[in-house]
Order: sequence, then C-alpha cells, then structure tokens
Amino acid sequence: MKILVCIKQVPDMESRFRPDASGVWYSEIDMAFRVNEYDEFAIEEAVRLKEKLGGEPELTVLSLGPDRVVEGIKKALAMGCDRGIHVQDSSSHLKDPWQVASAIAACARGENYDLIFTGLQSQDRGSAQVGVMLAELLDYPCATTAIGFECGQGTVTVKRELEGGLRAVVRLKTPALVTCQLGLNQPRYPTLPNIMKAKKKEIRAVPVSEMLHEEPRTVMAGFYSPPKKGSGIVLEGDVPDQVDKLIGILKDKTGLLR
Amino acid sequence: MKALLIAECRDGKFLDYSYELFGFAAQLGADTTMLLVGKEGELPECGGTVYLADAGRYGEQNPDLHKRLVLAAVERERPDYVVLMHSSYGWDLAPRVAAGLKVAQLSEVVSVADDGFELPCCSQKMRRKAKPVGSPVVLTLQLGAFPAVKPGGVPALQRIDAEGEGKLEFLGYEPPPPKGVDLGRAEVIVSAGRGIGKKENIEAIAALARALGGEVGASRPVVDSGWIEAGHQVGTTGQTVSPKLYVACGISGAIQHLAGMKKSGFIVAVNKDKEAPIGEVADVLVVADVMQFVPALTAKLAK
Ligand SMILES: Cc1cc2nc3c(=O)[nH]c(=O)nc-3n(C[C@H](O)[C@H](O)[C@H](O)COP(=O)(O)OP(=O)(O)OC[C@H]3O[C@@H](n4cnc5c(N)ncnc54)[C@H](O)[C@@H]3O)c2cc1C
Repeated sequence: MKILVCIKQVPDMESRFRPDASGVWYSEIDMAFRVNEYDEFAIEEAVRLKEKLGGEPELTVLSLGPDRVVEGIKKALAMGCDRGIHVQDSSSHLKDPWQVASAIAACARGENYDLIFTGLQSQDRGSAQVGVMLAELLDYPCATTAIGFECGQGTVTVKRELEGGLRAVVRLKTPALVTCQLGLNQPRYPTLPNIMKAKKKEIRAVPVSEMLHEEPRTVMAGFYSPPKKGSGIVLEGDVPDQVDKLIGILKDKTGLLR
Repeated sequence: MKALLIAECRDGKFLDYSYELFGFAAQLGADTTMLLVGKEGELPECGGTVYLADAGRYGEQNPDLHKRLVLAAVERERPDYVVLMHSSYGWDLAPRVAAGLKVAQLSEVVSVADDGFELPCCSQKMRRKAKPVGSPVVLTLQLGAFPAVKPGGVPALQRIDAEGEGKLEFLGYEPPPPKGVDLGRAEVIVSAGRGIGKKENIEAIAALARALGGEVGASRPVVDSGWIEAGHQVGTTGQTVSPKLYVACGISGAIQHLAGMKKSGFIVAVNKDKEAPIGEVADVLVVADVMQFVPALTAKLAK
C-alpha cells in the first residue's frame, strides 16, 4: 500500500500581516512558518494507518513551495512519514489552486498511491480546492471534511462533518483522496529520537517547472486589511487599570453587575 | 449576465441559506436559474427556471453525480457564473465543477469589487482581491456575507438527469453529539479559546464564569484538544448562543466561531493581538494576556 500526504507551510496566524512588494500577498519578512494546521491532521491520520497496518504502507509526504517548506517535510518525517518530495517553487504563493493541484497530480501520476491525504484548506489562502482538484485530476473518489476515517478491504469509510454538528458517513473505493478537518485526531509531537531518525530519510527535490504546464485561472489583484467596522472600545495599558475600566463599562452597559 | 445558483437540500429539506445566492446575484445584476438536487415537495419560493434532480435517485451526498448534473445545467444555460454557498456541500462540490469545466473557482467570496471579488484570507485577518480568467466562473459565497433574498413566486420546473453512478456511497447521517450544557439559556458565557494555552487554565475561565454567574463556553480547538467536553463548543459545528454577555478569552474570531456567538448582547474579547478578527464584533476588546487579565478580573469581581 502506498500513501501520499500533501502539506503546506503557512505563517503563524497571530502574525501581523503586511502586503509584500507585489501588493497581492503578504510579506514573509519576520514571519515564522509552520505546517498548516489541517495538514497536521492529514499526516497524523496517515501515520496512524501505517502503524495500524503493521508498518507496511509506504508513506510519502509532499510539499510544494520555496526552500523553507523542507522544514515542514522534516516535521512530517519526524512524525512518521518515510520519505519526502519537495516540489521546488520560489513563487508558489502566486500559483492558483488549479496550478498547485496540477503540479502535485503530475508527481502522483504513475505512482499508484492507494490513498492521498490533504488538509481541508490552508489557513492562509483558505480556498479548500487543492485536495478536491487533485482527486479530480487523478480521477480518484474524494471525501472532504473528514472527522472520522476507517480503512477496510479496498474501501475507506469517512465521516464528514456538516453544519450544526450533523455528520454524513460515506464509503469510497480505493484509490481515494480524503481532506482532513480539525478534530480528526490528535496530531503527535515528534520525539527527539524520531527527529534524529528523520534526518536520514530521503527528501527528493523536483523543480516545479518539470511538473507544471498550466496557466493560472485566477489572478491575484490585492491584499489588504478588512475595512474596520468594529466600533468597539479598545482597552490597552496595564492590567489593573483595564480591569477597573471593564468593570465600569459592564456596570454601565449591561446591568449584569451592580 | 446569467448566474446558475446551486441550492441545497439536507435530509429532505430545502436549506434556507440558499436564498443568499439570490442576494448575491442581485448585487451582480444577474438573471438567475437554480439547480436543486431535492424533492418536489420542498422547492424554493422563486419564479424562473429551477432544474430539479431527484434526491431519491441522486442522493444528497453524492458529489460526483451532482457535479455531472451541474455540468448538464451549465450546458443548457451557458451561465457566466455558477454560484454555491461556501458550506460543507459547496466547498465539496465547487472544485469538482471547476475542474470539470476547466475554469476558475473563487472560494468564500465576501463582496463584489469593481474588478473582481473580495475573499478573506489568513484566518479572516486579511482580505484579498482576485480576478477570474475566462468564463464561466465558479464561486462559493461566505455564509451570511450576502443578504438572503426570497424572490417569491412559483418556479417553472425542469427535470435534469445524469448518467451512471457516483464514486461515493452514502451510508447515512449521524446526529450531532449530545449537548451536555445548554448554553442557549445562559445569561453570561465566558468562553475559552486556544489562547488560554493549556488545559489547566480552563479553571481560571470557569472561575470568571462563576464570578459572573454564567456558563463556560469554548472554541473548537479547546474541545478538539480535550481541554473541555464537546458540549461546550460554540460555533457552526457547536451551539448557537445569544447571552446578555459573552466574554471571549483567547479566541481569534474565526467565522465559524462568530457564527455561533455574534448575536450576543454585549461582547467582551480578551486577546493579546489587537488585530484579531474578534475585534470586529467585540463591544470591548481588552488587549492583554488572558492569563493575567482573567484572574485579575475575577479577583476584583469577588471583592
Ligand atoms: C467546517 C469548520 C467548522 C468549524 N466549526 C467551529 C465551531 O463550531 N466553533 C469554533 O470555535 N471553531 C470552529 N471551527 C474552527 C475555526 O475555524 C477556528 O479554527 C477556531 O475557532 C479557532 O479557535 P481559537 O480562536 O480558540 O484559536 P486560534 O484561532 O488559534 O486563536 C487563538 C487566539 O488567542 C490569542 N492568544 C494567544 N495567546 C494568548 C494569550 N496569552 N492571551 C490572550 N490572547 C492570546 C491569539 O492572538 C489568537 O487570536 C471550524 C472550522 C471549520 C473549517
């Protein structure tokens, strides 16, 4: 059995985002990058499946992006993936989901992966398209928003999360692709011995130009803060003072405090 | 200009948020037709053409077949836009349709700009503008971003069909997990977000809730990490609440959380990040470390 996990690196969401020189995306200056939260669930699910099947499946992790994404690949290797593919692209932030999916599909085609895991969406772009488009390009059945996953004989059963906490249970024949939602599992922290072991694992580098021959279908045209409509009071300063001010406001405005 | 609106049916019921599709089309000034995989007894209140595919035959959770139905409707209507909601149904189906048509998709549109569409990014902290290349364009709309418009009238039904089977087998729905606490009736809710840092800190949030005579709520990561039971979750996939006072502690204000609490009477947010999106709905934003501020507030209230 062969499994592929696709991951992306994203900035810490608590960062201050500022436009870069192009004005259509954020500046990476002073940004700390980490593995996209949704993708950590994807890695964890794949590693659990490998463990459950007695270590038999071969687990590949793939990330498309600039050199820094190798750090994300290394984390996935330390979590338990066997080998990595780095699709080198220093301008991945300007690629649209269709192009990213096409490049990954070019890598995956002919590899006969039985299962592909991706995150439901990335925290920075939030398009929720790459996984599904990849499945369409490979002609794999695909289930999104997985919060439950079970592997059977030539099938997988996925619990999809719908609105209001309702779930839909679907079965897919493998090969299949699953996009992972928060809460699917509890992603592990890599242990030191596993980080050491991961250093010996292979990471193959592939230039994106070899994989991508598609033009973008969307053009990025601007990046900015949302218009401020919040007319609320902002309390800054030292804590005792903030506490007093807030209690004053609550007494004034809510009638809950005497 | 023409828009094909893809409505939704769940468990046999027409979903009302599908009317937001009309609100969006009105802003574009587009003529509309609708496609629904649903039931004859559950139709939208609108004039014009509604393509109806029978949910009995095509299933409610069978995106491959639904994709082919959409492609068939596109073939007949030649729309400029194919529009879905950015819901579990929409984000699942839209990329399949875009891939099938070999066209652009823009996800979670929040507004129409002069020369493109505005989309949220960076966990809602920022916006970006994107322009599609080519036509038609597949769009998904953020829930609640456009007004629900009920055009009224009776639709002219047209049957639509697709060949073959889908690639997914739908085994059934499962109900949401039991609620546990009924946050719907609480006057005060103090909610913990990932910003509290660790499980042990829930106690400080609970202490503030007690001091204010309220209940404890939580954002999703707090539940997923096992810091508190699922029954406390507020949001799209948790409970919808509207207390007199909502105190959001270390919660960023993701759309899925806001959806569950933005109707609260008075909203206080405690966050160390002055730019956190929760500031958009908060009546008071306290820019502070939650684990310094919350115990100090609790202590002062106890006096
Ligand atoms: C389909 C779907 C459904 C979802 N349903 C829900 C739902 O029902 N409910 C829900 O809540 N989420 C839901 N989510 C998840 C949602 O998108 C967010 O990921 C989640 O709400 C974020 O929770 P948070 O604000 O606690 O954490 P984060 O987004 O990580 O934010 C933590 C915040 O704490 C602040 N902070 C950090 N440290 C401190 C400190 N020491 N002092 C003060 N502030 C600090 C940070 O500045 C940040 O703003 C759903 C997501 C999807 C895709």
